[in-house]
Amino acid sequence: MTKTHVTTTINGDTVEYLCDPQETLLDVLRDRLGMTGSKEGCGTGDCGACTVTVDGEIVCSCLMLGAEAEGRTIGTIEGMAEGEMLHPLQRKFLDHAALQCGICTPGILVAARTLLERNPEPSETEVRYWLAGNLCRCTGYDKIVRAVMDAAEEMRGRNHAA
Amino acid sequence: MVQVTLWGSLRDYTDGRNEVEVAGDNIYQILQNLGQAEPRLKPILEKGVTVSLDGQIYRQNLMQTVRPDSEVFILPKMAGG
Amino acid sequence: MPLETDFPQGYEKRDFRVVGKRPVRPDGIDKVTGRARFGADTVAPGMLHGAILRSPHAHARIKSIDTAKAEALEGVKAVVTRDDFPIHDAVKEDRGLLDILVNCMAREKALYDGHAVAAVAATDKITARKALKLIEVEYEVLGHVIDEDLAMAPDAPILHDDLGYDYGKGKPSNVAGRTEIGHGDVDAGFAAADRVVERSFKTGAAHQGYIEPHACLANIGADGRGELWCCTQGHFMVRDTVTQLLGMDVSNLRVTASEIGGGFGGKTAVFIEPVAVALSRKAGKPVKIVMDRHEVFRATGPTASASLWVKVGAKADGTITAADALLKYQGGAFQGSPVDMGAMAAFACYNLENVRAVGYDIVTNRPKQAAYRAPGAPMAAFAVESVMTELADALGIDPIDFRLKNAARDHSKSSYGPTYNEIGLVETLEAAKATEHYNSPLGPNQGRGVACGFWFNFGGQTAVTLNVNLDGTAALSVGTPDIGGSRASMCAMAAEELGIDYDDIYAIIGDTASLGYNDVTDGSRATFASGLATIQAARQVKERMCARAARIWGIPEDAVKWEGGAAVPSGPNAGDHAPLSFRDIAKMAGETGGPIAGHHEISAEGAGPSFATHIVDAEIDRETGRIDVKRYTVVQDAGKAVHPAYVEGQFQGGAVQGIGWALNEEYIYSDKGVLENAGFLDYRVPVASDLPMIETVIVEKPNPGHPYGVRGVGETSIVPPMGAIANAVSAAAKVRATEIPMSPPRMLKLLRENESAAKAAE
Ligand code: FES
Ligand code: FES
Repeated sequence: MTKTHVTTTINGDTVEYLCDPQETLLDVLRDRLGMTGSKEGCGTGDCGACTVTVDGEIVCSCLMLGAEAEGRTIGTIEGMAEGEMLHPLQRKFLDHAALQCGICTPGILVAARTLLERNPEPSETEVRYWLAGNLCRCTGYDKIVRAVMDAAEEMRGRNHAA
Repeated sequence: MVQVTLWGSLRDYTDGRNEVEVAGDNIYQILQNLGQAEPRLKPILEKGVTVSLDGQIYRQNLMQTVRPDSEVFILPKMAGG
Repeated sequence: MPLETDFPQGYEKRDFRVVGKRPVRPDGIDKVTGRARFGADTVAPGMLHGAILRSPHAHARIKSIDTAKAEALEGVKAVVTRDDFPIHDAVKEDRGLLDILVNCMAREKALYDGHAVAAVAATDKITARKALKLIEVEYEVLGHVIDEDLAMAPDAPILHDDLGYDYGKGKPSNVAGRTEIGHGDVDAGFAAADRVVERSFKTGAAHQGYIEPHACLANIGADGRGELWCCTQGHFMVRDTVTQLLGMDVSNLRVTASEIGGGFGGKTAVFIEPVAVALSRKAGKPVKIVMDRHEVFRATGPTASASLWVKVGAKADGTITAADALLKYQGGAFQGSPVDMGAMAAFACYNLENVRAVGYDIVTNRPKQAAYRAPGAPMAAFAVESVMTELADALGIDPIDFRLKNAARDHSKSSYGPTYNEIGLVETLEAAKATEHYNSPLGPNQGRGVACGFWFNFGGQTAVTLNVNLDGTAALSVGTPDIGGSRASMCAMAAEELGIDYDDIYAIIGDTASLGYNDVTDGSRATFASGLATIQAARQVKERMCARAARIWGIPEDAVKWEGGAAVPSGPNAGDHAPLSFRDIAKMAGETGGPIAGHHEISAEGAGPSFATHIVDAEIDRETGRIDVKRYTVVQDAGKAVHPAYVEGQFQGGAVQGIGWALNEEYIYSDKGVLENAGFLDYRVPVASDLPMIETVIVEKPNPGHPYGVRGVGETSIVPPMGAIANAVSAAAKVRATEIPMSPPRMLKLLRENESAAKAAE
């Protein structure tokens, strides 16, 4: 089978790979690039564990082909912290114990970051609807919602101070 | 001798009795002696049961000491999630 | 002198330094940065990909399997079928093991839609899937049965010719067993009642729904030795089961538990692991198998579905005189539904003179059920708690007061026989009654429900090692996979004992070669049992450190004691020495006798039951039948909350799983017995926008069987929700809901039936 050659940007770095035409972006990330932070919970777009950003939009990477990443800008969980500096969302998830098993966490963090980029002051309901595509079976979402709201508050404070 | 209470369905194997007097200083001995006294219970005991000793559930620790006045119940095998 | 196996660890009241705080978990950073490695996140050089062919039929005789074409496909390195899983002696003698083997790979018959019939290993996933299509299986389709009531009918299709609880007396049947629990005389009790309520109920089969599908990587060498990496609640169980099924020596397989993406009981069994090992053995290469979501639903354990009947009678003052229940649980194609535990747990919240619970274990053409959080208890509690509230209503008594009047208490006789020690049910009821929630007003079309729940909690075999490092930190190795933050609790307990900082302890899950046997993480046992062993291991470290200090100071060992994280001289002959801290002694370990470590192995018992009371407000949309949970409060006894945030998390997670089970989740089958909703789109678990915040109240009634008073907390939280929600919904809808899930179509039907009945009565 002829493979497709793809050049794309992932977490700020230019990346090149060959992939099968029917291979998903999630499979490319996990199997070809060794970036296993994005998880596969369903493969059908129903759980959000594979959430990444493509040109700033959140996307289920299990529904997108690896070949479609050509020329795009991809963001994954691996690019969320800056070196040793965790993103406020990551820190707040730890402080609030917003994860138990942690399999849903990468997808939820990526989705929540996109929310806060667009809406720095989301209501509880807005957080809940924004994350409705991300399943978490362990926490009942309570602590996740609190962590996102708390991170938003902290980030607002920082932006004001700046 | 220790009085041992069997869970309801075991009555089918003990001619309707659900309380049996058995000798033994620990759970292991109690189960061994119970199997000997009531041979029809033996396969069930071997398949695994849970023992409640003075209100405490024992799934494994058969060496736990049993006193003559201990409350001993034989219950179905249990597992959690 | 008590035996070592007698409880050396009775509860002692104390002030805690670390326990009860909310530190960040040791595996936290890895999990928020994507570094943590779960089941599917690992590779091996030369690795093959495995895939499993599954029966499309609910019940069929497998007449032949032809794998020739698949084997001929380029890239295919091994194909296995039933012929590759001979029945070894260990399996022959153990029906439970035989069932596991048959569940992992079908033999004469496929017993459910999704039953494995063959597997391949190939150089890539696409080739493996292609190869499956080339395997030719000839089936003779047989009649099937899905429902527990229909499976008990005399003319039902029979799954197993050698099964049936009265087998030997009569012919085989789908009833694998009967259980009866209780005491007193229920008939006399009912005769003495002023009011009796009796009802029948049905519950659907819910899946544990962990977000991580089962995954494993097996690597077996030509010498028959090898390794297995997998996501499981118990890697020692996986090792023992796989080696027995495949006729290997236990010591020839080393199993490493990956991070685990949820289990809830569903990962206390093996499914793909023996298949991956068999493929790897045959191909001589590492083989990775990762289930897809479809397979998870079709072929791993959901819980049992149930058909229930409950009858309770009480005096006009609310005193219960008798309680009776009949529980029928289907547990899929093999015996072993959790009906025994359902029967024992059914009335466990009540102090009853006359009580009986009879249960039937039924087999049907569905996947073998697996444990799901407090296995067997939630369904029984749903029926019992519904009837309790209906009876309280009929007597005009507040549902919490009614429960308080009849509640199981310290040293009362449990409904399943034994006498309780100290238990916290009454405390949860009183705390629930005092919540602002319980005393707040309701909106239109809303109803409020309460329900209680109970779980036994277990200990189990546990081994722990604590290694002291040169720099005064310590590495803690435990054998119970961490499914919800238990490592944080272990570190807290070790730090508490040693008197050092929480951050100076690093906990890992040890593999099967580096620790003694550990039972699966089930029955809410990790924090209890591994915690108990951790405390003992830490105490051993302290003793050894004191001995080193004694040597350094040249005084007898018993003249040294451990205080505030340091060895200090104590007693008249000890002399004057500056305290030696944990760090000081750690640094000199090499010069004072070698590395310092503590370890402890125990069959821990005495986990102490945990009780809960839940309050829920539900709103019904009379047009669509949709139920909305408006407010939810969990009140539960934790004994001692080691890490309160994770305790709350267990309360909240269990409650929400219960909400899903109550309102939406169920296995739906076609008339051919094919599972119709094997994906998250159609099997709908609760999402964030479905839910309110889940309020929590932690009650702490110390467990007399644990030095810190800890009880297991993970399971009880799923027991009350279905009953509590049914009570709230029934109050809102003004008609009793007796079937769950209370999905919109079902509720709409109930509302319509009730309206027409009301009209007819006019
Ligand atoms: S794996 Fe992509 S949405 Fe579930
Ligand atoms: S923390 Fe386990 S699924 Fe969200």
